[in-house]
Amino acid sequence: MKKFARHAIFYVGLVAVWALLAKLKIWPPYVFPTPWGVLEALVAGFKDHSFWIAIAISMKRMLLGYALSVFLGMILGLGVASNKFLEETMGGLLVSLQSLPSICWLPLAVLWFGLTEKAILFVVVMGSLLSVTIAMETGRHQIPKIYKMAGRNLGARRFRLFWHVLLPASLPYIVSGLKQGWAFAWRSLISGEMIFVSLGLGQLLMMGRDLNDMSLVIAVMILIIAIGYIVDGLVFKTIERHLQQKWGLSPAT
Amino acid sequence: MTLNPATQSVFSDHRSPARGGTTRWKSGAGPAVLPLPAASSTPKVSLKDISLTYKGNNGSRLLALDSINLQVKTGEFLCIVGPSGCGKSTLLHLIAGLQQPSHGHVLVDDKLVDGPGTDRILIFQELGLFPWLTVAQNVEFGMKMNHVPKPERQEKIRYYLRLVHLSQFQNNYIHQLSGGMRQRVALARALATEPDVLLMDEPFAALDAQTRDLLHDELERIWAETGRTIIFVTHNVREAVRLGDRVAVFTFRPGRVKREYDIDLPRPRHLEDVTVAKSAREILDDLREEINRSLEAEYGFEVRP
Repeated sequence: MKKFARHAIFYVGLVAVWALLAKLKIWPPYVFPTPWGVLEALVAGFKDHSFWIAIAISMKRMLLGYALSVFLGMILGLGVASNKFLEETMGGLLVSLQSLPSICWLPLAVLWFGLTEKAILFVVVMGSLLSVTIAMETGRHQIPKIYKMAGRNLGARRFRLFWHVLLPASLPYIVSGLKQGWAFAWRSLISGEMIFVSLGLGQLLMMGRDLNDMSLVIAVMILIIAIGYIVDGLVFKTIERHLQQKWGLSPAT
Repeated sequence: MTLNPATQSVFSDHRSPARGGTTRWKSGAGPAVLPLPAASSTPKVSLKDISLTYKGNNGSRLLALDSINLQVKTGEFLCIVGPSGCGKSTLLHLIAGLQQPSHGHVLVDDKLVDGPGTDRILIFQELGLFPWLTVAQNVEFGMKMNHVPKPERQEKIRYYLRLVHLSQFQNNYIHQLSGGMRQRVALARALATEPDVLLMDEPFAALDAQTRDLLHDELERIWAETGRTIIFVTHNVREAVRLGDRVAVFTFRPGRVKREYDIDLPRPRHLEDVTVAKSAREILDDLREEINRSLEAEYGFEVRP
């Protein structure tokens, strides 16, 4: 628990510095809120259910968009990995597309779908699709050749070779791709939600801005970080740890 | 799971009374006589004029194997020795059907090899055990791929794990085992598909001396019990003499068969036997020139005496 103590000291110190700066009143509270103001905003937000509603709405979009991009990304990634021509051409395109921040898809999405749920979903999918695809593709390439040879040598062919050897062999890469995809989808979702009255966490953030309520803004930011951290730390870390223990691997990057 | 393979005594289970291995050998002069299924005159494996050329990226060509002609009898234990880079591993890949020769044919039972098949199983130097499967599942893999019914698979898993003395580790994952145990899993996995020909690519190179000695005994015993044909590649001449009925010496780049030696020493043999050492000495002298050539190629001309 020594590690826990170090963390506790760090965060208590951080809040203390924050409180001290706020106490000095160098900036007005709508520029620099106090810790207790943020805490109040958090409590109030959960009490009047506005946070719960926002979380539920955002998570619903997230799950839908993420599921869609995982599904499409796996198909796309495998398709690209299995064909030399596609790999050369589309592989390059995918990597260059990934340098485009997903929010850049929003104007296009709004023109296509209007200010609707679909526009947000589109941005979420575009945000994570590429990283899932690329992870699937590199996963297929990173597999040590020996597994494929051993599989063929023992009589595995075509689909069975894929299902029993290539897929499990690339699982660590797939999981890290899924994890990265989730993180990108989460970012894209929040940005997308900020654009119009969407009722999600992103919009709550913008509402704080409109009301000049800096405490609310910080409170929602903390919420967004917390949710991202919980999913990453609980869901993905658990899967990764399980894989590593079973395989005796060093952490997949 | 706290399993420490280091303290796990491989020696104790090795001495279990159930094994009848070495007593089945006919001692005395000449190669051991095996209980083989009808030793026919057609060779089990026949390599006919095999050549392999690699194309380099700058259009250059590298001749890796040059006109290899070799015959292996059913139940024979052939060892191939040569310096690293002589293409001996590649030759095993060709026999396994994982690669195609540029010229010539590989025949098994007079039938042309044009792809992998479970009548010939290769044990890779890196083993290639699947880390996502348990020991038992690894052994099961080949049988599963070849549609062996489940009850039969279970029975064979039990049989072959007992054969390599790993029954108690069937539910362990590969990374929980020591190097010698992994070797034996690979052996069991290969044997479980019941191949006629076992191809082994420097399987014991990375092991410590004691474990290797032990696995030599076990391999010899299993060979005797199952009557398989084994082609065993190594760079260790003494190992080759210890195990083989015949030793083929390969030249360095391009790989050619330089000479073949019949090893008529009585079995069971040991690595330290004077007779083994003497035969190895003789072969090593023959091999020396090739080793020097390989060293020259690797280090340039600095090491030239």
